[in-house]
Amino acid sequence: MTQSSRQQILTRLRAALPESAALPNLPARGPWQTFDNPYDRFCEVLESVGGICFRVPTLVAANERLNQIAEWNEAKVRVSVVDGVGVPTVDLASIDDPHDLENVDFAVLSGHFAVAENGAIWVTDDTVKHRVLYFLPQRLAMVIPASEIVNNMHEAYGRIQIGDNVFGAFISGPSKTADIEQSLVIGAHGARALTVFAVESL
Amino acid sequence: MSHPALAQIFVDDKPRAQWHDKALWFVRQKRDRMASGVPEWEDLRQHASEIKQHTMSLLPDYLEMFEKNATARGVKVHWAADAEEHNRIVTEILQQHQVKKLVKSKSMLTEECHLNPYLEKHGIEVVDTDLGEWIVQLRDEPPSHIVLPAIHLKKEDVGDTFHEHIGTEKGASDPKYLTEAARNTLRQRFCAADAGLTGVNFAIAETGGFVVCTNEGNADLGVSLPKLHIASMGIEKLLPRASDLAVFLRLLARSATGQPITTYSSHFHGPREGSELHVVLLDNGRSEILKSPEFRRSLSCIRCGACMNTCPVYRRSGGHSYESTVPGPIGSILTPLKDPEAHSSLPFACSLCGSCTDVCPVKIDLHHQLFAMRSFLDRKKLLGMPKKLSMKFASGLMSSKWVFSGAGKAARTALRWLPRFAVYNPLNPWGKQRDLPDAPKDSFRAQYAAYQKDQAEKKSRPSSGAGGPS
Repeated sequence: MTQSSRQQILTRLRAALPESAALPNLPARGPWQTFDNPYDRFCEVLESVGGICFRVPTLVAANERLNQIAEWNEAKVRVSVVDGVGVPTVDLASIDDPHDLENVDFAVLSGHFAVAENGAIWVTDDTVKHRVLYFLPQRLAMVIPASEIVNNMHEAYGRIQIGDNVFGAFISGPSKTADIEQSLVIGAHGARALTVFAVESL
Repeated sequence: MSHPALAQIFVDDKPRAQWHDKALWFVRQKRDRMASGVPEWEDLRQHASEIKQHTMSLLPDYLEMFEKNATARGVKVHWAADAEEHNRIVTEILQQHQVKKLVKSKSMLTEECHLNPYLEKHGIEVVDTDLGEWIVQLRDEPPSHIVLPAIHLKKEDVGDTFHEHIGTEKGASDPKYLTEAARNTLRQRFCAADAGLTGVNFAIAETGGFVVCTNEGNADLGVSLPKLHIASMGIEKLLPRASDLAVFLRLLARSATGQPITTYSSHFHGPREGSELHVVLLDNGRSEILKSPEFRRSLSCIRCGACMNTCPVYRRSGGHSYESTVPGPIGSILTPLKDPEAHSSLPFACSLCGSCTDVCPVKIDLHHQLFAMRSFLDRKKLLGMPKKLSMKFASGLMSSKWVFSGAGKAARTALRWLPRFAVYNPLNPWGKQRDLPDAPKDSFRAQYAAYQKDQAEKKSRPSSGAGGPS
């Protein structure tokens, strides 16, 4: 039955095709927006979408900065996938069912690079055992290399091999909604806060 | 009911109608700020439009390419000719996995297919997890906007709904408090779900993957916990290359809500380890639309909602007055194409101002299509008698110079002397909320002739006066 619908749809489409139209070439550099200081722009946009960014020289410094965050110190269930940043209370290797991560209060995760124009960080599933960690913890910290900030999404897609990872995402700030009377509320279903550590020597 | 009849009900509550108008205009202004912050905005729109038109010109090939690449990644691809088949496929997959509880992220396509009632009939509990969609689901209403499903509701309405369904304090209406309450309830639903269903914002032919965009993280929470993910997509959601995503992700959120990008833009390429991923490709009339040179560009729509936010009629009449899964300008094309009989009033819910065309990120010629839709309905003999008669009358009037000028003269005199009830009565729906200006003494033609004469005299006077006595 499904096979016949497949044939039926393809046949109908082939009978309906419009005249051919060229696929535009998307130049790598193009007319795309760039910034004098992509890092500053990234921080500015990240803050406008509810996140916060700290520039630190080393992972040790990132760890020190993390330890000054009250919510981290108060967190009962902590996860970290970045060696040296935060002492986790959960051993991820021992967790097979992602549901067991329901009560994570704070997770420290890592991002590959960030995008200046929209404050987004590219993350993939190969740095975490359970991808739900990007969405389920109450609060997130993300460690990124300070030198890896691209200007725009064209440069971003130029860097990644889409499809190399089963899962990848651009994450820009904490979870949010404006579904009630257009009032912006940070912390919809996912993370209530996103702190970014941009590490210089990483 | 027709759009004017339902819009009347909406505008009867004047303060609410004005509030609705302002709330959407606020979103339009946010969109403008974001668009003006990208110097190459118009280039992006042009690229997006061309990419979509190219994709449509090779759609069957790209669908096969997508199927091949997705299958190679372990995705199970299904094809559904219509809504009924889509719902049957989804139900069968869920039943094979003994799913009792399904969490769903926003998908206009499943609204189009009326999937929720179908699943409930088969004993499957469905929770819409986008906050706006969940609110309207609890109220047993359809969404009134494709991006802001509960934009027709005031926070007090949401407070009452939550008090009734999830026990928030009576009278509480603070959006922060209500969102927190929803968060706590919905997070329990995510953890208890047996499967997650999402829509698809963009699918990529060359990689066999797809992208889902949300701000709340609800799509990701819904599919990262259970072992089954179903993604439902219209066949028009395809893009040829991964690099095309850059263009569309730059346009989508800026156009939709005035954000630089959605919080989460998730790329799925194959199932999670130990899980299954199914993609259902739906036609449901799309191949019919592709046939039509007049209307096929409506298939380029990326469902950002910008045309609704800017539309003076949508803002002042509310989404429910369209009785259509997709309301507003784009809905007034897509819906009558599918069911012209039931929706013949929609293309007239438009002043042809063209604002929708100006903001559309993929450059759909919306107001031209809305105009073309009127003749499409006329050809199908679906225009009501009053509309046809008034057009016939006007064309008779305007095609003869003598009839036109005579009628104008009669009207100018009559309007001055007729009592109010003779002009403003149910035969003149235009005058329901408006007054005509005072009728001028002379016709435009006479005024223009007088003006020309006056100008000619002025011109000849200085030359004749130049040689006069000093």
